[in-house]
Amino acid sequence: MSSKIPQLPRSAITPEALFWDRRRFMQLAAGSLASLAAPACLSRAPEPEPTATASTTRDGRVDYADGEALNSFEDITSYNNFYEFGTGKSDPARYAHTLELKPWTLRVDGECEAGGDFDLHQLIATLPSEERIYRLRCVEGWSMVIPWRGFELGPFLQRFAPTDKARYVAFETAVKPKQMRLSASGIDWPYREGLRMDEAMNPLSFMATGLYDKPLPRQNGAPMRLVVPWKYGFKSIKSIVRIRFTASEPQTTWNMLQPREYGFYANVNPTVDHPRWSQARERRIGELFKRDTLMFNGYAEQVAGLYDGMDLRKYY
Amino acid sequence: MPAWRPSTGHIRLLCFALCAIPLGQAAWWIASAQLGVNPIETLTHHSGQWALRLLLVTLAMSPLQRLARWRWPLHIRRQLGLWSFFYLLCHFAVYLVFDLSLSLARLGEEVLERPYITVGFAALLLLTPLAVTSTRGWQRRLRRNWKRLHRLIYPAAVLACVHFIWKVKVSEPEPFIYLTVLLVLFAVRLRRA
Repeated sequence: MSSKIPQLPRSAITPEALFWDRRRFMQLAAGSLASLAAPACLSRAPEPEPTATASTTRDGRVDYADGEALNSFEDITSYNNFYEFGTGKSDPARYAHTLELKPWTLRVDGECEAGGDFDLHQLIATLPSEERIYRLRCVEGWSMVIPWRGFELGPFLQRFAPTDKARYVAFETAVKPKQMRLSASGIDWPYREGLRMDEAMNPLSFMATGLYDKPLPRQNGAPMRLVVPWKYGFKSIKSIVRIRFTASEPQTTWNMLQPREYGFYANVNPTVDHPRWSQARERRIGELFKRDTLMFNGYAEQVAGLYDGMDLRKYY
Repeated sequence: MPAWRPSTGHIRLLCFALCAIPLGQAAWWIASAQLGVNPIETLTHHSGQWALRLLLVTLAMSPLQRLARWRWPLHIRRQLGLWSFFYLLCHFAVYLVFDLSLSLARLGEEVLERPYITVGFAALLLLTPLAVTSTRGWQRRLRRNWKRLHRLIYPAAVLACVHFIWKVKVSEPEPFIYLTVLLVLFAVRLRRA
């Protein structure tokens, strides 16, 4: 495991877990970890308030959501945005079953030395996978806590030997007119997303292939989707068929649609509102009242440094 | 054999029963936990949709009466308007309680800074005096001015459509269908004038 985020060895905490109920145990683990994590994460001081310090839960998942309750599999798989299958929240669950997952070719090209066409399933089978619990915050103002299975994005991208010219990485979703409805008006398919290389190499950037011990359901982006938990959900592109390393900033779908409303960065930021609605608060699915949105969705400790000196109002 | 003609009372009762269906639906969803993954969003959409739909139905009554030469549309117009206002109040209450946690400071901020909230709130403000003065007593008291006052329903309906259009993330057909219906109703009215 190459994660740079320190984790308590599982052997050290399992006996403890037997003595505490899960929630109290989680708080305890998070607290003790904050002090461990502080030097490595260049933070000023350990903070008792929500920090995104990882700890390992009893079932072996690495928790990057401060012990918050997980959303149910049912919630996560029946309330989705996946416009290839329709714009309604229940459309993906209703229509995505037609997507054929095998064979699935991943094309990797652009500024890299080891690109090519790969059988995704073979490729994935060779990778060690891990489980991570992340918050996901949608630009629409709702959020969930999701246990993903998958692998860290950075080491995966390194396999394709990006060159010095690669400053960005672009992703594309499959376009399958016979298997997708593709009826949303105004969108120039394929769905496109991108990250700056340093964002992609951040240890939080993740590729998910599973959810709750199950293979990733189609409506959640099977067979492989990006998860960048400090950015609005639309950055976490689904059902990826192409990865391209580029020298300049790639085009991204929502930015192409409404550049004034959706920027390339799309970092979760309660102080920079969507032009039409506030981003200061969010509704956690499962809760009735809204709660405050955290800077970088609670992952400031790990990612704020990526944006040092940048005006986040300009680079929204 | 004389044809059976429903009385005005029957028609009003039928109207009441039909308009109460969305309310019953919501009650059933709440009672049986069928509001979906995001229950508050479901209630907000449902109440907002029916407020706007019934507002358009209300506006369709007098053209219907004129074109089809029926009388019953005028007998249920007030009730339809009040039902629309009822769903509008539900819509606003859900937003105020669950989205804003009853904070008037937040409400003020949203009304000032969010154009879709501004126009939605303006529609509420325009429709409130119409609901209050919908009684016969007020009709008598205001005389000619009552009719003038109640023309506010037109700008309110436009604002309601704009509120919906500005809220959706990408252009969806539904709010534009409502806007088209509204424009057709305007056209019918202008042709007569």
